[in-house]
Amino acid sequence: MTDLTAGSQSVDQIRDEYTAMTRRKRVYGGILLILFVALMAAGFRTADSRNAGSFTDGWHRILDYPAEVLTEAWEKIGAMPANLVEFFPALIETLNIAAAATLVGTIGGTFLALMSTRGMALWPSLIPVFRRISDIFRAIPEIVIALVLIFILGGGPIPAMIAIAIHTAGALGKLFSEVNENASLKPVEGLQSVGANWSQRMYLGVIPQVGPNYVSYALLRFEINIRASAILGFVGAGGLGYELRNAMSWGQGRYDEAAAIFILLFVTIVIVDQLSGLLRDRLTHGSEKGATA
Amino acid sequence: MSTFATDLSIDDLKAEADRLFSRKRIVNFGLPGLVVLYLIYVFFAFDVPGLAERANWENGKTLVSDSYSYKTHVERDNRNGEVSVAIEGERKGAYPEGTAPDWVALGETTVIDLEDGHVVRFGPDTVEYDIPGYGMVRATPSRSAGVQAELPSEDVPEWINVSKNRLAITTDAGRLTVTRNRSEVFRYFTGWELFWFTLDSPYYGKSFSELMGRAASGEAGAIFNDFWTNKMWRHQDVAWAIFETILMAFLGTLGAGLIALPLAFMATRNFNPLRSVRFVTRRVFDFVRGVDALIWTVVLARAFGPGPLTGALAILVTDTGTFGKIFSEALENVDQKQIEGVQSTGANAPQRYRFGVIPQITPVLLSQLLYFLESNTRSATVIGAITGGGIGLLLTQAIITQKDWEEVAYYIVLIILMVMLMDWFSGWLRRRLIQGETGKTRKPRDRKGKPFLLP
Repeated sequence: MTDLTAGSQSVDQIRDEYTAMTRRKRVYGGILLILFVALMAAGFRTADSRNAGSFTDGWHRILDYPAEVLTEAWEKIGAMPANLVEFFPALIETLNIAAAATLVGTIGGTFLALMSTRGMALWPSLIPVFRRISDIFRAIPEIVIALVLIFILGGGPIPAMIAIAIHTAGALGKLFSEVNENASLKPVEGLQSVGANWSQRMYLGVIPQVGPNYVSYALLRFEINIRASAILGFVGAGGLGYELRNAMSWGQGRYDEAAAIFILLFVTIVIVDQLSGLLRDRLTHGSEKGATA
Repeated sequence: MSTFATDLSIDDLKAEADRLFSRKRIVNFGLPGLVVLYLIYVFFAFDVPGLAERANWENGKTLVSDSYSYKTHVERDNRNGEVSVAIEGERKGAYPEGTAPDWVALGETTVIDLEDGHVVRFGPDTVEYDIPGYGMVRATPSRSAGVQAELPSEDVPEWINVSKNRLAITTDAGRLTVTRNRSEVFRYFTGWELFWFTLDSPYYGKSFSELMGRAASGEAGAIFNDFWTNKMWRHQDVAWAIFETILMAFLGTLGAGLIALPLAFMATRNFNPLRSVRFVTRRVFDFVRGVDALIWTVVLARAFGPGPLTGALAILVTDTGTFGKIFSEALENVDQKQIEGVQSTGANAPQRYRFGVIPQITPVLLSQLLYFLESNTRSATVIGAITGGGIGLLLTQAIITQKDWEEVAYYIVLIILMVMLMDWFSGWLRRRLIQGETGKTRKPRDRKGKPFLLP
């Protein structure tokens, strides 16, 4: 060991260099940290000054509104089951919007992903075009399309469904094409050699390989889409969000209904989260088992 | 494996294979069948057939044409004979009194040239519209007798709408409306009007090179000021709105990360031996995540009023739950050996966390933060539309007026560009930080390591 360390540098030199380096690193880290804290503080102050009410005035009032709603709901606890039943159809509508949008978006995303993966695309020269399309679809917030479509098509679930489906297609298109990159092209070549056309090659050669991953991503998207569909309801697209806004704008006197909607939404989100988490776990786990068998 | 066990007879094997195939067939055709059935159910549940009645295609047409074109109104007040010209008929776009674009000749008789031979004349008493291929339409508005229209032929074509008190003519060149009180001509142009400067600015209508020349001679500030305070497009407000939206996403995401990190330690088995605390922390994460951003927005807007702070806090609260879950999962997968290594040098608890744990989870932490920063820019737009802040608010306001569709188109383009920019930026930073970090630690070690280990 002594031979090795007694090369060009002495131990002291190494130690000095090391401490200098650590110190430099620490200074950089400190500067970055100070910069970051300053940025956060400045951002907070700006946001605070541009807000209608300031943080210092409002923070102790955060719980006022939930307390108000809860007391009224508690007073009318007898009406709660009836309220839950009354708003159940709205919940079904919200779920339907999310599910239909996820299905349509998954189909669209699959198409976009296949079209933008090398070796699978029907028109290889159009790969960049399809990539840009899915980038743009992904970048559009649902609310933009929903508001414009509500103006043309009138309120209701269809504008929300289309809006969420477009965003979902873009988001899944990107994730799916990453999955596609890892898929083997050998089945596709095999199918091509026996004269299969493009849709047969994709349906029989690619989809079975990527299916579990696709379903797993689609389930994750379904969770997100339930939230999105509730939010879009708030701007007039029907479902729970719409009922919530009605109950809220009525104000005191209908807080029991607002509470019922809160409960329905919360319970649904938690249940769907848990179920899809379980299912996704099984999907990835199951595919591993299939691979080893 | 048992499916193709070799100790089976050929018939048994065939039966097994047949069963497998039929099951696959059912799954392969059954699943798409179920999807189709569900979509059919949704088709009727959403009343898609009734959509055709509810839809207002006229709205759609105005929306599309208005988003890339604008109209200039030439209006004559029939009670006092004054003629005014205004872009989109708004006061902000009005030409100063006595001036008009060059296709309008003001005077005793105002002559409006709609091109392609279409000419409208606002006379002292009578309005004339010379339509090529059809003839001259005259209309005389008066207090007592309404609007008296004279058409060149008896039968009225469908693009002319005539009644006792109103005459409306719609052609490709423009639109003329005459009522008792006023006569109005719309002429349509392609483009976004007054995007750079409004009519009251001295720089309106100047070419780009002339503006550059003037900017070079010291007027740059004034030129920018006129552009920045454009009353029609409100560039200043739009820039602020976009900044607010990004600010909401930034504060919300990083604030959530800062709060979630210490809480995540409390929710992991390997760092927190207290089972009850672990359980409570996890349920808190589930709760704030389950109460959707929508509800948080509603609740917080009651306390803080509309604005960017409310949006930032709504994102912060929701994402604290999500980050807490992700971070605690990352922390549970941390390699114990590195922590033991740090501990063996005599490090205390904070030092152990700082040097043994944090470096391990930094890549997960950073990439999740940056990923959420991008996705929260989109959420901030949506939350802004609900609670009133940022570009989302401007967008909803523009849509509610139902006529400023060019502004709606402008905002949509800006939103898409903003999100794509954030997407690109967060991806770039992620690559830089995560690769740069591994590269940084590896390279010095290699340089030092080589003479150290290989002589």
